Amino acid sequence: MLEISNLTCSRGDHLLFSDLNFSLSVGELLQVQGANGSGKTSLLRTLCGFIMPVAGEIRWRGQNIRELGDAFYAEMIYLGHLNAIKDELNALENLHISAGLAGCKVDDKQVIAALRRMGLRGRETLPVKVLSQGQRRRVALARLLLSNASLWVLDEPLTALDVGAVELMQELIGEHLANNGMVIYTTHQPLQVVGITTRWFALS
Amino acid sequence: MNKLSLIGLLSLVIRRDFVLAMRRRADVLTTLIFFVIVVSLFPLGVGPETDMLRKMAPGVVWVAALLASMLSLGRMFSADYLDGTLEQMMLVPQSLSVLVLAKILAHWMVSGLPLVIMAPVLGLQFDMSAQALWVLIAALFLGTPILSMIGAVGAALTLGLRGGGALVSLLVLPLCIPVLIFGAGAVEAVVSGTSVGSHLSLLGALLVMALVFTPWLTALALRISVE
Repeated sequence: MLEISNLTCSRGDHLLFSDLNFSLSVGELLQVQGANGSGKTSLLRTLCGFIMPVAGEIRWRGQNIRELGDAFYAEMIYLGHLNAIKDELNALENLHISAGLAGCKVDDKQVIAALRRMGLRGRETLPVKVLSQGQRRRVALARLLLSNASLWVLDEPLTALDVGAVELMQELIGEHLANNGMVIYTTHQPLQVVGITTRWFALS
Repeated sequence: MNKLSLIGLLSLVIRRDFVLAMRRRADVLTTLIFFVIVVSLFPLGVGPETDMLRKMAPGVVWVAALLASMLSLGRMFSADYLDGTLEQMMLVPQSLSVLVLAKILAHWMVSGLPLVIMAPVLGLQFDMSAQALWVLIAALFLGTPILSMIGAVGAALTLGLRGGGALVSLLVLPLCIPVLIFGAGAVEAVVSGTSVGSHLSLLGALLVMALVFTPWLTALALRISVE
């Protein structure tokens, strides 16, 4: 499904990685490992099309993502270091907007269910600015529940999360994989999904 | 495949930016109050000679509108850039140019439109005739969206730069000179009794041209800024 071939990426004059090859198929979980500054985030951002690779190709269902454009974006969801939620809006409004932009039609019930699943019962209509870092991260993660994208690109999804939320994340990833999904992520924390062997590769 | 229609995207983004602006009303009011104060300073500074005031009115109102619109440009993309929503907007499976157009329209509604509505009240301080006021409103109505659109390109180019606020003014102000000339020219024309049509048509033409090119240019600039 997702194939990366001979991918080379640099930031300025600094070469981050070169000739990277891997592929990801349905039901697979791939962890990108590497020390700080080894290019994990740059790799994920290249996958999203934010960064132009110096060389190499990223293919989705056999086609280059540059040519696919919107058709690729409709099938992927990216969660970066930044939560991409608005402090002035409440959790409900934030999720309505992000789901709306992604083209998913969701109603209040589904959004509230997603927020409750993320452990934010009673916080649905509070402005996000009064929530804690971990709670904001949970609001951002709730986007995953409302999306029907098959490829999840998660950059450090576990930052600021407590033990309970990490377990919940493992559960969500497990469900997504069972649902013919694909997940590529970076993390410095251990993440074990029951019944799935995590594939990993390291950037040096 | 999920996909939002272009109209759906336009209305969603405009509604979002409008709600956000209403929750941060102080920002919207600063632009408007800046405009009111700058325009009001001139009659106080120059003195109550109605002839001179009437002559300088269109220029003063237009220059103040130009400066006020510069003041609000920094906000157009920077908040979205800092909290990561801009990245997510790039991943929307729909035209980024249309999304940008929606953001520009929303920006104009909260920063340009109030200036248009306020202008006739300020024009009274300069003893402008009713006819001149109407032309002033029409010219501002056509001209302020152009300022927002040209400004959007500058704001996108300077996104994430330190001291981007001053830089964006240096980039954008020279490009706004045609708008200033035809906008102020329209009001002067009606005062001197010549035809306003040509000035307003040229403003309209500029508006159409900006409408076609600036969302696309802004989208390109945003992609560079996010990289």
